[in-house]
Amino acid sequence: MLEQLEGSKAVARAVAMCRPEVICAYPISPQTHIVEALGAMVKDTTLEHCEFINVESEFGAMSVLIGASATGARSYTATSSQGLLFMTEAVYNAAGLGLPMVMTLANRAIGAPINIWNDYSDAMAVRDSGWIQLFAESNQAAVDLHIQAFHLSEEISLPVMVCMDGYVLTHAIEPLDVPDQELVDKYLPPFIPRQLLDPEDPVSIGAMVGPDAFTEVRYLAHAKQLKALQKIPEISTEFERLSGRKSGGLVRTYRAEEADTIVIGMGSVVGAIEDAVDDLRDSGISIGAISITTFRPFPLDALREAVGNPKRVVIVDRAFSVGMGSILATDVALALAHNDIRLYTVVAGLGGRAVTGISLKQCLSKAVKDDLEKLTFLDLDVDVVERELTRMEQSKRSGPSAENILRDLGTTTPETEGQL
Amino acid sequence: MTKGQAPTPYSGSREDIVTGQESKQEPQQTPSTPRQVKFYQTGSFAVGGRLLDAPERTVQSGIKRTNSLTLGHRACQGCGEALGARYALDAAMRATENKIVAANATGCLEVFTTPYPETSWQIPWIHSVFGNAAAVGSGIAAALRAKGRDDIRVVAQAGDGGTVDIGIGCLSGMFERNDDVLFICYDNEAYMNTGVQRSGSTPPAARTATTEAIGRQPGNQWGQGKKMPLIAMAHEIPYVATATVAELHDLEYKIEKAMSFRGARYVHILVPCPLGWGSEPANTIKIARLAKETGIFPVFEAEYGEVTGVSKIRSKVPVEEYLLLQKRYAHLFRPSRQDEVINKIQEEADRNVRRFGLLGEDGMVQPSDTDKGISAHLGGKVG
Repeated sequence: MLEQLEGSKAVARAVAMCRPEVICAYPISPQTHIVEALGAMVKDTTLEHCEFINVESEFGAMSVLIGASATGARSYTATSSQGLLFMTEAVYNAAGLGLPMVMTLANRAIGAPINIWNDYSDAMAVRDSGWIQLFAESNQAAVDLHIQAFHLSEEISLPVMVCMDGYVLTHAIEPLDVPDQELVDKYLPPFIPRQLLDPEDPVSIGAMVGPDAFTEVRYLAHAKQLKALQKIPEISTEFERLSGRKSGGLVRTYRAEEADTIVIGMGSVVGAIEDAVDDLRDSGISIGAISITTFRPFPLDALREAVGNPKRVVIVDRAFSVGMGSILATDVALALAHNDIRLYTVVAGLGGRAVTGISLKQCLSKAVKDDLEKLTFLDLDVDVVERELTRMEQSKRSGPSAENILRDLGTTTPETEGQL
Repeated sequence: MTKGQAPTPYSGSREDIVTGQESKQEPQQTPSTPRQVKFYQTGSFAVGGRLLDAPERTVQSGIKRTNSLTLGHRACQGCGEALGARYALDAAMRATENKIVAANATGCLEVFTTPYPETSWQIPWIHSVFGNAAAVGSGIAAALRAKGRDDIRVVAQAGDGGTVDIGIGCLSGMFERNDDVLFICYDNEAYMNTGVQRSGSTPPAARTATTEAIGRQPGNQWGQGKKMPLIAMAHEIPYVATATVAELHDLEYKIEKAMSFRGARYVHILVPCPLGWGSEPANTIKIARLAKETGIFPVFEAEYGEVTGVSKIRSKVPVEEYLLLQKRYAHLFRPSRQDEVINKIQEEADRNVRRFGLLGEDGMVQPSDTDKGISAHLGGKVG
């Protein structure tokens, strides 16, 4: 049944349907609405047999979840940006220990400069941690992915991160269908932990492993993620059978068959990409899109198959590796290494900058004529950067660059003459 | 136990209530009055388990001891932490009918009890990372609560680094939320596992690998460091106690008492480290005892933020006796004696004595009712 719901509230309802037993909350925008809603459900006993813990930090939140999951409790938390970085040591640890749990990452840029708006620099910072990372294109996808995430996490005994765009999705209100309790209960089997802190059968969890077996233990983590590449489509199919809705999976194609140009993206920007594809198709251009839902494990084979054999691929990434370029593009390039395909990367939407249809279409129009730089920063104001570089050359003590750039743009009050 | 201490539901045994002091005046020998006894280990205050009634014996002396931390581990000879951990956890097991789960911070205790495939732990045990033992403990407690398992109890443990420095955030959070976790700090006053670097618990003037015994002010700086038991008390949690590995009855008593409370509890155990302190392995117990008898390490307990009991100093000794047994203080005596520094350490110890009331009126233990009881019991057997 469709209801007008905020993305965060809908995700909270979906998580509650999964009957979590321990939920941790530490405030950071833009994930707060999710845990607020869950906290209320625990308090008014809508969500029973669940401990809701207000912790002292994100590092504490992830650590509480490690203890809870190892004690056999279905565990959940949500975070964003700096919060994810603050818990990073424990994020790696949860994956290394192979503890199932689900975390929503309401994607937000990482500072400095501090910025609360959406991009994927947070998700990318932990892409090698051993967590499974799923990206939601829409709020409906976010709802469905959370339910599938618990299933997947417990099935393969690895933590799963559901990435949904901060504000763009978390705070957007739209008609959504949250599956009912009966469906979720049918879909989600009870949590049977692979390892358990149990006085009846004591085990030691998390002891040291030396060079004699470290490679094997780490490879096992990789093997489990590869197994997830098989499980994810199965879990998605099962969800579709019960809900009648296609969601999840590894990759999704849109008008991609036999296209000369394929545009690849993740998350909510896929909507804008598909609009651009429609417009360009209308003007007779052979173009299609692919959305990557599962980013870790990276679906090399599924992506290669979905891409087919176009002339070129354009990767739209909402994050980048400073000094290198797009992270997503590096992975896509590996998937397509044997194909003779021209690759273009567009870094877009950093720190919440809107990825407008006009800019995207202009950019893609250039790409289809192979008239695009290999690495493009969408809507980058090159002049303002050049001017700051000049200032830095002119003075050793040019001051905080971010302030200089904003002053230059005229977004801050100009200095009164003679004050310097 | 001090005079006027609030009675508690717990009535376990304590080593320090038995006095081995030779009295100058022989008490009157009547059938109803107890007499002072002398033990064969004069001066040590230790008493063999066989001299006590079964319920008052240590967990370790019984055939039912659980060996939570069993043999085969890799601790150094004379390791205070290994000793303290086994006594503490076995006592916790006795108090919970063996239903405990432990979360361990990174550190010596974690390293020497493992690595895979070997483990000395006979209890369910988890090591996550260095700074999060308290939070992992909170998570275990939350999971047990969600599952309605109030019979299984949680212990989180760390060295001083994992407690007072890198772990203090999670620990303070656990305290503040009053999560049902007993946190045990094994304090050896530096980062021993990484090679003896200074921690927030390293005492002034002590030599560590990062506070070398060189320069104009050798050793650790003055005016730094933190007193974690007092920080714990400031959270007004149900129970806070300090203990040393010299008084194992007292240690067991405090762990068992801690387990009689629900909510956040903190026990801070001084565990001498032969490697880091530069002491003879055979002196571990002696040094721990001197830490208490000098006043350097006050042994006390507190409930809801108020001190409820102190272990009195039996015969106060100058700090020098404590310092001389440890190479980390060698620069205070060689090449020349640093009276000024030694006096400052003495002043700190004396301040503890005043602050916690570690001496009786005459500098001797005031026999409590329990003392009399045990003395009476022992009177017939010894002397």
